[in-house]
Amino acid sequence: MKLITAVIKPQRLDEVKAALEAFGVHGLTVTEASGHGRQRGHTEVYRGAEYTVDMVPKARVEVLVEDEDAEELIDVVVKAARTGKIGDGKVWSVPVETAVRVRTGERGPDAL
Amino acid sequence: MPHGFSAGDTAYMLISAALVMVMTPGLAFFYGGMVRVKGVLNMLMMSFISLGIITVLWTLYGFSVAFDSGNAVLGGLDWLGMRGIGLNQLWTGTGIPIYVFASFQLMFAIITPALISGALADRVKFTAWALFIALWGTIVYFPVAHWVWGSDGFLFKFGVIDFAGGTAVHINAGVAALGVILAIRKRIGFKRDPMRPHNLPLVMIGAGLLWFGWFGFNAGSALSANGVAAVMFLNTQVATAAAMLGWLVYERIKHGRFTTLGAASGAVAGLVAITPSGGSVSPLGAIAVGLIAGVACAAAVGLKYRWNYDDSLDVVGVHMVGGIVGSLLIGFFATGGVGQTAKGLFYGGGLAQLGKQCVGVLTVLVFSGVVSFLLAKAIDKTMGMTITEDDEVSGIDQAEHAETGYDFTGVAGGSAKKVEAKVSTAKKVEKKVEADA
Repeated sequence: MKLITAVIKPQRLDEVKAALEAFGVHGLTVTEASGHGRQRGHTEVYRGAEYTVDMVPKARVEVLVEDEDAEELIDVVVKAARTGKIGDGKVWSVPVETAVRVRTGERGPDAL
Repeated sequence: MPHGFSAGDTAYMLISAALVMVMTPGLAFFYGGMVRVKGVLNMLMMSFISLGIITVLWTLYGFSVAFDSGNAVLGGLDWLGMRGIGLNQLWTGTGIPIYVFASFQLMFAIITPALISGALADRVKFTAWALFIALWGTIVYFPVAHWVWGSDGFLFKFGVIDFAGGTAVHINAGVAALGVILAIRKRIGFKRDPMRPHNLPLVMIGAGLLWFGWFGFNAGSALSANGVAAVMFLNTQVATAAAMLGWLVYERIKHGRFTTLGAASGAVAGLVAITPSGGSVSPLGAIAVGLIAGVACAAAVGLKYRWNYDDSLDVVGVHMVGGIVGSLLIGFFATGGVGQTAKGLFYGGGLAQLGKQCVGVLTVLVFSGVVSFLLAKAIDKTMGMTITEDDEVSGIDQAEHAETGYDFTGVAGGSAKKVEAKVSTAKKVEKKVEADA
């Protein structure tokens, strides 16, 4: 199994969700995140005092998949999240040792 | 001048007093929205506690020493505890009972120390603040109110014009804020960490309430529902509007954007500047007063970074500077035909009134600035004026009030057991919080 993590622009979340559902993913976890890559932040001015806001709001999407689906699913996410502008985010995967569905106790791929 | 009881004036003044009362909660929201999320409750409380403390002191002796006839410096003691005032006894030269006048003036006495709190965000011990406003009200505000408005006060007799409190309220509070911040430490991370307002909509609600309440503050200061009150009402609106535009245009040119905080700040700057002058200038003059105040205050709020003093929410930059601008502009724009007879430079009155205004401004600047500095220093040396740096970093709300302003978390709440536990002191809560952390 693999854990796919995507840190994307929040405004692309709906597209990514729709694409994942179309792909056949049943469950996912979304968290509000903040950070920056090459994009950096923006500047705000309050009563003449400038504040550089380094951290940009992002959505973090996590999905567990079977090994053979991982590469294709990454492509699906990347395609749905892309705007072509700076700050589109990143997608990566890591191997997962085990997964358990809490309600039934099923383990491994059955739990996905 | 009415000499008999006037039901109309009395009704008008009761409503005006209530309008001025709502300015203090308005100020609390205005300031509260501007601090970071971890200090919003303390900021609100610094204003609300003034409603508590000053009201009691005013009843006990404040009104008497401020407004009973006494000498040039201090009022008399005949009205201690609000005794010796007849139910239907009228305030001199008006058609309103003294009790109405005392209630109206009480609201001024409440908001003036509350104004100072904006300069002290995030770092002042609540007990020290409570003690400070009790002493400051007694030593600074009550006497200054007597000087400026008491019929035997020396600034009043000298001919200084302060229609609704530019000198007694705004310069007084503004320079007091400067005195206190020079006596205590800055916020941790001043000039280093970004300290963005955490809730600008709250700032706008506060600014709206201030603007609304200020009609009572300014137009009510006519003490009668008459033509002067009408001009003052209109001038209040006009100057505030002009100042908001002035500030917005200034920051658009200087910083690139029209900001919400700029609109709110500009409006308050205009309200401050028209407070002393609104009874002396024409509506056209009010446009000038507003524009000048808006631009002057927008420029002045940047000085704290250059001169390195932590006037957290710009009490000095807005209230002291705006108050001075408004008070001095009387010397230029007084028409002599609105509420007062004195004429300014632009209306053929020469420099006489400007000179008087300078004397009024300087007297209050020096007296209030010095006494406030000494008071804060004395409190700081004895009981300590500021909280520990650890407490400030983790948040003054938690340290001083054991409360949290906003709870948006679904999972991090407490358990029912804690709610039932006997928590008799804030100390215990603190310990619990520490244990949880």
